[in-house]
Amino acid sequence: MIVINGTPHDTEITDPRRSLLDHLREDVGLHGPKKGCDQGGCGACTVLVDGRRVLACLTLAAQAEGRSVTTVEGVGRDGGLDPLQEAFIEHDGFQCGYCTPGQVCSAIGMADEVARGVPSRVSPEIGAASFDLSPDEIRERMSGNLCRCGAYNGIVAAIEETYLDGPR
Amino acid sequence: MNADPIVGRAVPRRDGPAKVSGAASFTAEVPVEGLAHAALVCSTVAAGEITGIDLTEARSAPGVVAVMTHHNAPAIRIAPLLITLRGASFTRAPVMQDARIRWNGQPVAIVVAETPEQADHAASLVRVGYAPAEGRLVFDDLKVGAPQPDHVQGEAPAVLRGDAEAALRTAAARVDQVYRTPWHTHCAIELHATTVAWHDERSLTMWDATQAVTHSQATLAEVFDLDPEDIRVVSQFVGGAFGNKMMWSHQILCAAAARLARRPVRLVLSRSDVFRVTGGRTRTEQRVALGARANGTLTALVHEATTTTGINDGFAEQCTFPARVLYGADSFGIDQRVVELHTPANSSMRAPGESVGSFALECALDELAEQLDVDPLDVRAGLEPAAHPTTGKPFSGRHLLEAYRLGAERFGWARRSSTPRSRRDGPWWIGHGVATATYPYTRMPGGRASVTLSADGCATVRTAAHEMGMGTATVQAQYAADHLGLPLDRVRFEYGDSRHPAAVPAGGSAQTVSIIASVVAAARALTAELLHLAAPDSPLAGAGAGADDVEMRDGGLHPRDGGPGESYAAILRRAGRAELAAEGAASPPTETAQHAMHSYGVQFCEVRVHDVTGEVRVSRWLGVFDTGRIINPRTAASQFRGAIVMGIGSALTEETIFDERTGRVLNASLAEYHVPVHADIPPIDVAWLGHPDPMAPMGGKGVGEVGMVGVAAAVANAVHNATGRRIRDLPITPDKVLGL
Ligand code: FES
Ligand code: FES
Repeated sequence: MIVINGTPHDTEITDPRRSLLDHLREDVGLHGPKKGCDQGGCGACTVLVDGRRVLACLTLAAQAEGRSVTTVEGVGRDGGLDPLQEAFIEHDGFQCGYCTPGQVCSAIGMADEVARGVPSRVSPEIGAASFDLSPDEIRERMSGNLCRCGAYNGIVAAIEETYLDGPR
Repeated sequence: MNADPIVGRAVPRRDGPAKVSGAASFTAEVPVEGLAHAALVCSTVAAGEITGIDLTEARSAPGVVAVMTHHNAPAIRIAPLLITLRGASFTRAPVMQDARIRWNGQPVAIVVAETPEQADHAASLVRVGYAPAEGRLVFDDLKVGAPQPDHVQGEAPAVLRGDAEAALRTAAARVDQVYRTPWHTHCAIELHATTVAWHDERSLTMWDATQAVTHSQATLAEVFDLDPEDIRVVSQFVGGAFGNKMMWSHQILCAAAARLARRPVRLVLSRSDVFRVTGGRTRTEQRVALGARANGTLTALVHEATTTTGINDGFAEQCTFPARVLYGADSFGIDQRVVELHTPANSSMRAPGESVGSFALECALDELAEQLDVDPLDVRAGLEPAAHPTTGKPFSGRHLLEAYRLGAERFGWARRSSTPRSRRDGPWWIGHGVATATYPYTRMPGGRASVTLSADGCATVRTAAHEMGMGTATVQAQYAADHLGLPLDRVRFEYGDSRHPAAVPAGGSAQTVSIIASVVAAARALTAELLHLAAPDSPLAGAGAGADDVEMRDGGLHPRDGGPGESYAAILRRAGRAELAAEGAASPPTETAQHAMHSYGVQFCEVRVHDVTGEVRVSRWLGVFDTGRIINPRTAASQFRGAIVMGIGSALTEETIFDERTGRVLNASLAEYHVPVHADIPPIDVAWLGHPDPMAPMGGKGVGEVGMVGVAAAVANAVHNATGRRIRDLPITPDKVLGL
């Protein structure tokens, strides 16, 4: 059983080799998580597992057993979009939109890491309780999510605006 | 026309909510009943023959449905090249028709199985024997005496005016250097995906991640000898393409395998397949020689470029095009050569030709400016020609000097130090560079669109084109709303399906204006239909009006002379019609016959170069563009920025590495081919002049490619300004900066 976007799913994992990414896309029918490389190189498949961002292409579906998985389809609120998603639209943080679900999930996971005091290479002080989400921090921490359309400026602006008052 | 135009407004993307919520459906996600999955087996040698293929293990692997090789592939004819406008291929290589190997990565078998995992596993069990032959692989050996291509994108391979070499010899100042750029790969984040379902022996539907819907349909018809009417190609959202998502062998093989398997089949290329099965951008070697007087005017401009193609392909990368149009000179010596190699075909990659060609030309100008001790921007301004320097045609609109002025002011160019290696911030050397950008305006013939009015007063515009991030759906709805005189929310735009009227491929920054020209034609036809329908008791009837006597505004037709008009809804209601449709074909693109039409721009950059590690960081950017009227500032700015980002990648990190012994791509993954990431990209400032081009439909010129042109040169020039090192060989990696 995997809890996906708040709902328990008993969907059969048809092949032991099946990645969490293929399980979500092919078996569960959630196409938000994207496949850009299937080898951990692009971040398009980023989902949240128990609130932490992971690459679904490098995670076996079987590893998610008993855990809670959130995909981009599950980040919205009250049937609408999350403010982060709205900010992506407002700042034109995408063009083709293929990397976008991964960017959105990654940003949510990243904001939580910042709130928990997980440092990055550019953090001023290791061991601080939490960090400001400066554009430099955002760029550093989001660098596992490639955007070949080059929408980076818009993505950073959207994240910065959304978490201006700290991660929620 | 709308009194308060929607064109020019920063309207948010129509597909935004779908794209940020995961609801936008890409090709690999289309649900198809009874689907089987395919995987490719690709050659591991670059040239030679297949001596045998052992399928015993693969055939008996779990889940395998069919295996196709050249032994059981159907007859497949040669795919028409994109340049012919009859197809969408970059190569004339036969697709799985013989035992011959033409490049390392050529598909030699396709395996179809119940699941993707089973297909991948079975593909790993296919044993292929090769008799390798000596391949054409070493560029440096083969470039000597390389032949001229028949043409370079339809233009002459050489342009000779006067005796440039003689002028060079006697010039007061002279730069004569060789510049090199490596192979590049597009690396759209969406993997190429295609799904094919045959309905019977002669008709099929293909869902494909393509930037050429209509031309893919035409290609399939040609290669399988089918009627285009019996082929449907669907491509709605495309996850990035940049010139690479045209017709390659994998779509053809997927279709052939689906026929063999008698099942719908989906093929998603692996990331390494994308690098090896499809083609990227050629490497280039370019000599630029400039002869100048002491005042900076040019007596000679020489640009000689050698590029590569695959075996028997046709695409000579137009690196010398900027040198043909940008600057005045007394004499020109322009020449292009092509080396055929056992590599994948050369394909169009964002700003093909101009992006890498401008690296050579714009670096050489910087070197000349240094020699003359004149500001590089002033050198360029002093070379501004009155008419196209090599064809003599008048420019339709060219405002480069204004862009230079505006850019210099906005960037603070005057504060740049003209002495290299003179500014430092801790361990970082700081430098500034500039380069000019240009990209030709094109409008491909053959585009069509339809406009359908419904009784509720809404309009639906349809064309076969797709959406790959340029904002097509948004900007076309904006344009159509203005043209039809409707509010934006009353215009729908349907696209991405060959059942809609034919579209031109997205290429050459030409699609937007091509669709606009088609919509203009369709609206004109619609006007005639409406007048025909307008009953005798309609206010329009008395006007005796022809299409030229009325205008489309305020949701209806109105006589130009100010008499009473009637709404579309009222005309339809009176006539008892639920809807009214008309289709139109874009006028032939005659505007370029008399005028030289180009987009222009200027790129300013600041870099920081680490004294110890040689690392280059781009810290500031400004691009100023002269691309005619901008339909949507929001999506246009994103296109400019995205192109600059790709240019920064080409400047600093991007290189597809072929092993010259085996012809194999060595870095066929996103871990080893380094596209820019968030941390590489500073805030990018973009601005545009917005002067409508008097010759272009709606005054718009292409914005998608010009943004990449000049970027690598601006970076290289800034690195020189920062460190005093001239790097003429992309990418500018730390070893080169340190002179190792
Ligand atoms: S698909 Fe998982 S990182 Fe690229
Ligand atoms: S929006 Fe296209 S890859 Fe990011």
